[in-house]
Amino acid sequence: MRYAGRIRTAVIIVAFGLLELLCRTGVISGFTMIPPSTIAGSLIEILLSGRFSADIMVTLRNVSVAILAAMLIGPLLAIILHQVPGLRRILDPLFATYYAIPVYAFYPLLMVIFGLGDLPQIAVGFLLAIVAVLINTLNGLDRVPPVLLKVARMHRLGPVATAVKVRLPFAAPYIFTGFKLCVAYSFVGVIGAEFITSSRGIGYEISYAYNNFDNRVMYPLIFLILTIATVINMSLYAWERKLLARRSSVS
Amino acid sequence: MTAAPAAGAHASLRDVTRIYPPRAGRPALHALGPVSLDLARGEFFAVVGPSGCGKSTLLDVMAGLVAPSAGTVTFEGKPVYAQVPDGIGVVFQEDASFPWLTVYDNIAFGLRQEGRTANEVRASTEFAIDFMGLKEFASAYPAQLSGGMRQRVCIARTLVLKPRLILLDEPFGALDQQTRLLMGDELLRLWRETGATILLITHAIDEAAMLADRVGIMSARPGTFMDVVSTDWPRERDSTIVSDPAFGLLTSRIWTLLRAESLRSMGHK
Ligand SMILES: Nc1ncnc2c1ncn2[C@@H]1O[C@H](COP(=O)(O)OP(=O)(O)OP(=O)(O)O)[C@@H](O)[C@H]1O
Ligand SMILES: [Mg+2]
Repeated sequence: MRYAGRIRTAVIIVAFGLLELLCRTGVISGFTMIPPSTIAGSLIEILLSGRFSADIMVTLRNVSVAILAAMLIGPLLAIILHQVPGLRRILDPLFATYYAIPVYAFYPLLMVIFGLGDLPQIAVGFLLAIVAVLINTLNGLDRVPPVLLKVARMHRLGPVATAVKVRLPFAAPYIFTGFKLCVAYSFVGVIGAEFITSSRGIGYEISYAYNNFDNRVMYPLIFLILTIATVINMSLYAWERKLLARRSSVS
Repeated sequence: MTAAPAAGAHASLRDVTRIYPPRAGRPALHALGPVSLDLARGEFFAVVGPSGCGKSTLLDVMAGLVAPSAGTVTFEGKPVYAQVPDGIGVVFQEDASFPWLTVYDNIAFGLRQEGRTANEVRASTEFAIDFMGLKEFASAYPAQLSGGMRQRVCIARTLVLKPRLILLDEPFGALDQQTRLLMGDELLRLWRETGATILLITHAIDEAAMLADRVGIMSARPGTFMDVVSTDWPRERDSTIVSDPAFGLLTSRIWTLLRAESLRSMGHK
């Protein structure tokens, strides 16, 4: 492990140790926070008992659907917008202000459109995620060096082949940035939506536990989400580093 | 000026000009011409000219990558327009290697595009990798190579397709003088073996004088041919001709023509 990595690990261990100590000595009351060791223990218990398995599966499935949809449709839409500059000019202001729009404000509307099932949650996750993919892919497509497009024309690639074999591969590192944000936004969108109105999912169970002062459920579930998001992000990060290592001269 | 290309010319430009349209507040720019040029089949033609005079534009127009603003381009008797005809291969001035592909996959790109069988792709690609001295780097990515090696990857990627007209835009620009001379020898060998027609753009007068059958000398922008000098070298030749007294005469003649134009392109009167 590198120096920075060791420091990081040390900071995390110390922070958790301190929290444990403060909770155990009663400086932080049990109503506010429970000791990290108890959180971990309860989480294992929860996972083994299968009490929230259905909720966990629902959330993970909905998040996955939102992520995959955004990852597939985002680059496709970007390619189309890149080819139709007029359309892009019209939509540019929307993209520029997109993350200033409180998506949750539209939740009632989404429920009217998609009903009471899983679709409104997925829609919120997807809507938050797709624009990150779209904007980053467009950014990458804008940077394709003209000479590479000349090479494509020399090999007589049509517009679709040029997109698939030259433009998108060149833009891959940018698209990847979009994908990382897409994962984060999908979690935020889906779980946030579960908080507001839903009768299942991790978000719903956290909010239910919160309303019932059930810290032994609330904190372990929060911890579970943190762990899942961190693991996914770290694997994306590792994959990205492998991808970038090829494209940078320092190997 | 004649209206039709010379009979039997492999590729020709007839009264070609190129004016880049105004863009983003910049006025229209007359980059090239009018120029006329006939390349005989199997000829090695070099172009020298001051920087910014329109050499790369000439190459783009000839390849069908850029449409002429006026005039006509013909290749093998057919007009070239808005598409690169089959049989033309281009090596660009800038680094045009695909950074996401290995050296091997870069070189195999065009062959796969043409739908060759896996065996053909492998055989041709491996041959080209050997030929260009890239064997150790077959599985490296362009970012891990020097500029000169990247340029060799691009040369190989174009040459594996066995183009009948090869357009090279300062292909040895990133190489040191020794490697340049040796690559020149390799190019001559390839030219003799394949019978291809070559148009080579270079800023090195000695390179043009040593390699080409004819050297076209361009004026400052908008570039036109001020003169075309025949070298009269035998087809069997290599870099040892640099010690031939005729070589010295040739380079000094080209330089005399080019000197005033180069000064002009640098803003001197
Ligand atoms: N796509 C373009 N749009 C507008 N102007 C261009 C474009 N490409 C080239 N030019 C301009 O046309 C002129 C000729 O450019 P060109 O690249 O053909 O010259 P060159 O002789 O190849 O130069 P160099 O010696 O630097 O390679 C230059 O003034 C250049 O700025
Ligand atoms: Mg040039």
